[in-house]
Amino acid sequence: MSPTIVVNLALTHLIMPQKIISAQPDFSISPRVDQVGIIERAARFTKRSIKNETKLNGLLLTLNMIDLTTLEGKDSEGKVKQLCYKAIHLHDTYQGLPTVAAVCVYPSMVKTAKHALGNSGVKVASVSTAFPSGQSSREVKLRDTKFAIDQGADEIDMVISRGRFLQGEYNFIYDEIATIKEACGDARLKVILETGELGTFDKVRKASDIAMHAGADFIKTSTGKISPAATMPVTLVMLEAIRDYYYKTGRMVGMKPAGGISKSKLALHYLVMLNETLGEDWMNNQWFRFGASSLANDVLMQIMKAKTGIYQGKDYFAID
Amino acid sequence: MATAAKKNSVKPLARQDENGIPPKRLEVLKTYKIYIGGKFPRTESGRYYKAINKDGGVLANLCLSSRKDFRDAVIASRTAFGDWSTRAAFNRGQVLYRIAEMLESRKAQFIHELILQDIPASAAETEVLLSIDRLIYYAGWCDKFQQIFSTVNPVASSHFNFSVPEPTGVVSIIAPEENSLLGLVSAMSAAIAGGNTCIILASYSKPLCAVSLAEVLNSSDVPGGVVNVLTGKASDLIPYFADHMDVNAIVICDRGADVTRLVQEKAAINLKRVTIYDQINWLSDDGQSPYFIMDLQEVKTTWHPIENIGGSAPGY
Repeated sequence: MSPTIVVNLALTHLIMPQKIISAQPDFSISPRVDQVGIIERAARFTKRSIKNETKLNGLLLTLNMIDLTTLEGKDSEGKVKQLCYKAIHLHDTYQGLPTVAAVCVYPSMVKTAKHALGNSGVKVASVSTAFPSGQSSREVKLRDTKFAIDQGADEIDMVISRGRFLQGEYNFIYDEIATIKEACGDARLKVILETGELGTFDKVRKASDIAMHAGADFIKTSTGKISPAATMPVTLVMLEAIRDYYYKTGRMVGMKPAGGISKSKLALHYLVMLNETLGEDWMNNQWFRFGASSLANDVLMQIMKAKTGIYQGKDYFAID
Repeated sequence: MATAAKKNSVKPLARQDENGIPPKRLEVLKTYKIYIGGKFPRTESGRYYKAINKDGGVLANLCLSSRKDFRDAVIASRTAFGDWSTRAAFNRGQVLYRIAEMLESRKAQFIHELILQDIPASAAETEVLLSIDRLIYYAGWCDKFQQIFSTVNPVASSHFNFSVPEPTGVVSIIAPEENSLLGLVSAMSAAIAGGNTCIILASYSKPLCAVSLAEVLNSSDVPGGVVNVLTGKASDLIPYFADHMDVNAIVICDRGADVTRLVQEKAAINLKRVTIYDQINWLSDDGQSPYFIMDLQEVKTTWHPIENIGGSAPGY
């Protein structure tokens, strides 16, 4: 199942036949993570002072990076249509606001969302692979994914089988991701590690490495159904995994922290961390997303505060 | 009242005796902090001012609250509003009564603090006792004002039409400079008896009792966030008290025409209910009335379709 690539060994290829090696590294030697160091480093990012114009630009960028999400058992077509309207019309009294990056829904709601968003440029992301637990067969997960793609999903948010991962079956996880990636076709694949269930930073790092090598376009922290969801330290571990992978292979991978980011100040801290870990190339919604639902309104309230000088109340902003 | 009677025994923060000799034991001074969401943080700004009595003695360092403290307090108030406003009115009465109980057990401390702030002993005692009684007064009104001020309205169509008062929401209160305890307690009790939550700016020159009252509130079943107490300069904070979009009403006591006008202008942005209490004698019976509760209520009228008006004759 594991794909192979042909590597030219620069100095020797003239005299030696081309050597075929596996692209899949030995995941048992993923680097260990210094837990104390990561937590301290992540805390530093919250100390930057971001004011005025920089803050406003950061807030606008945050809006543009949001995957506006509704993943509830009670989701109805009406609810999804309402969310899609909000995605395009965040706050019409403020001219020139960006839209959010995408709307994130269950596969059964993809068609509704796709129709509601029309040609607005806002993408439709669908969760799949027996979200949120992932406790189903490979076949069901594949059909789940293909269904979402057929319905018109631009992006797929899959979950990994955390149980298998914790049992040490890394090849199973690798194959699982690679299979789903194949089924995605042109759709971009986000791989949810569900860091809240992995337990240690070492395991988060390992899962990140596996996901990226198996073809993930994004790695994502959480489903939002498990606490803790996204935290700054765990996101930093994943960002560093992306950086190391980029240095090794030259391929960019996106990052999506999801769950628990509901205040704009925290979102700005994440952007600082992103900028200082991966740099400006990642500072757009092609490579970074926030999975959130209530964050958008808090950012809007901050933007209106910056514009009017008056503290805002939630009565004056659309609920979804 | 032993403490109140012996005025000479009051020593503002003595660090040494008359001969300049330090005492054997250093007095432990209380840090007067602000009260937001059931917690006692220091101001986010890190700024402070000194409360000074008329002889120039320093009584305490007080937080010079910033607009961010106010914003945090509004968030706490808004969060607390849902639970507080939907509680049974009878339960709100019990909580107000409990505040009075707690205040009663600590009245010596409040009298002492008032005396430190240049209030004569007898006036201090009167003010504290009246404050306790005022809490009892509004505790009683909690489950009574609503039926008294509700009406069934005669209408000319087939509707049962009735109006009931409901709490306005989050209320910001600028407490009076004088009567620093009684004025604050009166404005606060009327607001929370009606189911509102509030953010109070204490008297600048006599702030001690406001902070001690927050400690009483914190130990009397008042949910965190229902009452928030800030200390600091009115001129710094009043604009934000008046224009914050998530505040539904503002009460302003004895601040003069210019400030009142500023508040009215800024409050118009989101149509806040503005209540102005000028020259109210909080010590008299005029200082308490169910109409103070009604100042912070919205009247909701319901048109309920019925078949008959009156019920005796058929409606067709």
